[in-house]
Amino acid sequence: MQSKSEVDFRSRLQIWLPKIVLSPSLALVFVFVYGFILFTVYVSFTDSRILPFVDKNGDPTFSLIGFTNYEKLFSLSHWEISLTNMAVFAGLYIVICSAIGLLLAIFLDQKIRGEGLLRPLYLYPMALSFIVTGTAWKWFLDPAIGLENIMQSWGWVSFSFDWIKSRDFAIYTVVLAAVWQSSGFVMAMFLAGLRGIDNEILKAAQMDGASNWNLYRRIIIPQLRPAFLSAFVILAHLAIKTFDLVIAMTGGGPGRATELPATFMYSYTFSRNQMGIGAASAVIMLMTIAAIMIPYLYSELKEKT
Amino acid sequence: MSVATQDTAIRTGRIARAMIYLVLVLFALFYVLPLYVMAVNSVKPLSEITGGGMMALPEVWTIEPWLKAWSTAQIGVEPTGLRPYFWNSISMVVPAVAISTVLGALNGYVLTKWRFRWDTILFGLMLFACFIPFQIVLIPMAAVLGFLGLAGSTSGLVLVHVVYGIGFSTLYFRNYYAVFPTELVRAAQIDGAGFFQIFWRILLPSSGPISVVCIIWQFTNIWNDFLFGASFASGDGAPMTVALNNLVQSSTGVKEYNVHFAGAILAALPTLLVYIVAGRYFVRGLMAGSVKG
Repeated sequence: MQSKSEVDFRSRLQIWLPKIVLSPSLALVFVFVYGFILFTVYVSFTDSRILPFVDKNGDPTFSLIGFTNYEKLFSLSHWEISLTNMAVFAGLYIVICSAIGLLLAIFLDQKIRGEGLLRPLYLYPMALSFIVTGTAWKWFLDPAIGLENIMQSWGWVSFSFDWIKSRDFAIYTVVLAAVWQSSGFVMAMFLAGLRGIDNEILKAAQMDGASNWNLYRRIIIPQLRPAFLSAFVILAHLAIKTFDLVIAMTGGGPGRATELPATFMYSYTFSRNQMGIGAASAVIMLMTIAAIMIPYLYSELKEKT
Repeated sequence: MSVATQDTAIRTGRIARAMIYLVLVLFALFYVLPLYVMAVNSVKPLSEITGGGMMALPEVWTIEPWLKAWSTAQIGVEPTGLRPYFWNSISMVVPAVAISTVLGALNGYVLTKWRFRWDTILFGLMLFACFIPFQIVLIPMAAVLGFLGLAGSTSGLVLVHVVYGIGFSTLYFRNYYAVFPTELVRAAQIDGAGFFQIFWRILLPSSGPISVVCIIWQFTNIWNDFLFGASFASGDGAPMTVALNNLVQSSTGVKEYNVHFAGAILAALPTLLVYIVAGRYFVRGLMAGSVKG
């Protein structure tokens, strides 16, 4: 028999052990995520320009200036362009990815021979780095060596495609590359949804003489609502985070034609020494993503518990 | 893919089916195109690319661009090729993946089998951390890495990737363990098994598939990261993605497209190999990361 206090200690340790095991991760997350968020919010209210935050005497190199950074931020045409580009980019990216994803999923669901071969081809771009994707598309769309040059060398001499060099159209080439990268993933999400639909309902509707078009419009697509929601949330958050792809493809140019909030934040923080404004732009990005993700995560977690 | 393979009851006519196959094949070509362009142009001399032959197979086959990308191309100021940066990435990815996966498994175990007040809220906070735009942590992270003397180093990047990888690895194991029969855990507890014994003897032996999913996801994400690498390690300690970008964007001299393509494939190769070998698990990870049901 163990003594009473020994049993006590063991069982108390067993009660505390789970929390002890969890605590390092929680501590990391609280410091490096939530602590850092608060810190960046604080920096956004200061006139900080560069790191470090203290000079060699230990005195702070900044002072609090209230909302001035936010006022400056929203008066900058550079930021305005980034936001406009973001709206164009995110809108097209979400809509086109969802459309292609849904189309491919529905088509792949028609007892296709070779589905096992096609599916991995649609999905492999998700395994690549955006820098790789950006490099490939950058040179493929480059008028000097890519598509334009190819078409001309094939005999279509008047063919011209220089969107990637055009201030008005470059953003669409970024959309193209981003859609190439993620539409297969959306396809996989919709396909999983389609495979979960009860065939009995479809058979019953078929007996009543419903056409395929109506089956999809009235029964199948409405049942994909959760997949649409997930796709929207994932794509929206990917769009707001888009950074590497632009850096690799266009570097934000030509001019500022493909600047996005993420590239804006990076250049103001690290190359223009305007850290306060960079922090303010990061806070705006976080709030946008939070507005999408928090309700989504809340509903996902609530359903399960 | 880990979805139920139930066939649809929809029936289609012959012409419709032909159209469907046509569309599917055209899209397959669209997805393969950039990979084809990269592969075929990485083994031809530069003159064939600039001469309008980007889509053609090489007239002269050469592995020179690959050798150059790997060992002699100018990256930044040094003509080192991508080789040292490839090893930087390896030595960043291996510990970061290992640590975040182990922590994720333990967290998932605690959050499902040792539930306590507020556990769902704590998990929600960890999960939200996966989706933040990382711009929001760049400034304090740069300050902290500088303070710790880890700026520009691989160990600094390992720390960063562990911290921001925990959310996803916890998510995977939590969802996996949630459907693991809790009765087994309780029975073992009654038999006197402790916290770690239960984890080691009961949960871990059946955690193979989810571990593979988690490792692949973390590997892909961390290998492909650019933002953290560019922000915290842009010099000698840079990971592969940053080095590739430096190679492609360098403005000095002739643009050696064939070398760029070879470099891009080198940077893509590890994740592509993982995808080819274990694509099923990769897709499962993608899905679990988005559809949390």
